[in-house]
Amino acid sequence: METTENVLHQHSEIQGGSWEGASSPFNVSYGKLMMWYFLLSDAFTFAGFLIAYGALRFSSPSWPVPDFVFSTAPFGIHNAPLIFVTIMSFLLIISSVTMVRAVQEGHRENKRGVIFWMLLTIVGGAGFLGCQAWEWTNLIGKEHMSVTTNPFGSHVSSGVYLDGKGNPSSETFKAGASYLMHKSEEGGHDGAHAEGHHALTKGDHPNAFVDESGFIHRKFKITSGPKTGKVETEEFGPKAFGALFFFITGFHGFHVLSGVAFLLIIMINVASGVYASRKNGYEMVEKIGLYWHFVDLVWVFVFLVFYLF
Amino acid sequence: MSHKTYEESKKAVVKGLFLLGFVTLIEVFISLFGKGHIIPGIKDIAWIAYPIGLIIAFLSIYKAYFIIYEFMHMAYEVKGLALTVLLPTSLLIWALIAFFQEGTSWKARREFVKEKNAKTIELSKKDEGFINDNLLFRL
Repeated sequence: METTENVLHQHSEIQGGSWEGASSPFNVSYGKLMMWYFLLSDAFTFAGFLIAYGALRFSSPSWPVPDFVFSTAPFGIHNAPLIFVTIMSFLLIISSVTMVRAVQEGHRENKRGVIFWMLLTIVGGAGFLGCQAWEWTNLIGKEHMSVTTNPFGSHVSSGVYLDGKGNPSSETFKAGASYLMHKSEEGGHDGAHAEGHHALTKGDHPNAFVDESGFIHRKFKITSGPKTGKVETEEFGPKAFGALFFFITGFHGFHVLSGVAFLLIIMINVASGVYASRKNGYEMVEKIGLYWHFVDLVWVFVFLVFYLF
Repeated sequence: MSHKTYEESKKAVVKGLFLLGFVTLIEVFISLFGKGHIIPGIKDIAWIAYPIGLIIAFLSIYKAYFIIYEFMHMAYEVKGLALTVLLPTSLLIWALIAFFQEGTSWKARREFVKEKNAKTIELSKKDEGFINDNLLFRL
């Protein structure tokens, strides 16, 4: 940043003002300015998605509670709400910090420093992608969530689950409690939310109804509100939840992936001496740094909207 | 524009790391607190969701400000550049408020329709002309 500015500063001092040419708007290079404006447009894209999420969530009668849906982690950890996604946030924050160090080394024309810190940034980004891949695999493979199916729901009134004979059991819940509908095929999977249920055949049972796809809709009796006394079955949660989650985190993950790809390419270019010969303080590293910080910034808001709210 | 020395810049980076990490942890803690994971029963307080939501939204905006101004160097750029990027983004604040309100309104209207559909109205056998239509309309 300092190197190009010194050059431009001299030019604008020769003539009065910027209309004489030989100076750059805002005293930044074309590439950096255009990167900022690309990021601005991308911010609007993500804002559109997050606003759509908000509008659909507010309009839904019930919505799966994030700290119930996202309470698993690798190595069999469950009942750890939001812990895994917090680790993912830290990965991106650390990779942003290493990126800042890479840019600083670039300003000092320190080639080896740039490569070192960029390598750490790439490792952080790839780690984030790995974590996101695990999250998706867990949601799709173990918990059977998809773009059209959402087995996470929440109760709108208090009630008590029915036992094997169709009588109220001791398992009660309050309005707003979340549930996950399991599938009946698997025996012996240690899915995080599985609580040792046996394989039920399709059709009606005293305590549950198993649909064509194998989802177990548990039956319960309502104990509050206008429908007290009625027996109902668990229904799928709002479809929008799955669609929005995969679409938005997928879009963000795609940005992380392309960011890692670009970081790799630019790091290889740094190693080959391309930027050293330009003598502009490794401005290319700074530009991809802007993109990488943007990716982190979007994650701050995706994290806020999907997981914290 | 402040020209930091190399050592100062490195220290600022470490400070930034701890700041962002600390604020993230606080956010997660407050969010879990509001959902009743730290002290059970908090979730039952009806109005708790709103101030909790506002606090964590504010913390996220502070993180965004820090990332943009320090990591992306906006603080050291020409003011005009900052304005051309941040002023359009600030327009999104109203878009957010408007659409969240829109979503709430959809829900309220749907519940209203459901409630009305569930009601049964007894019609008077006598044909009282437009007066009866007026009553039906208001029911």
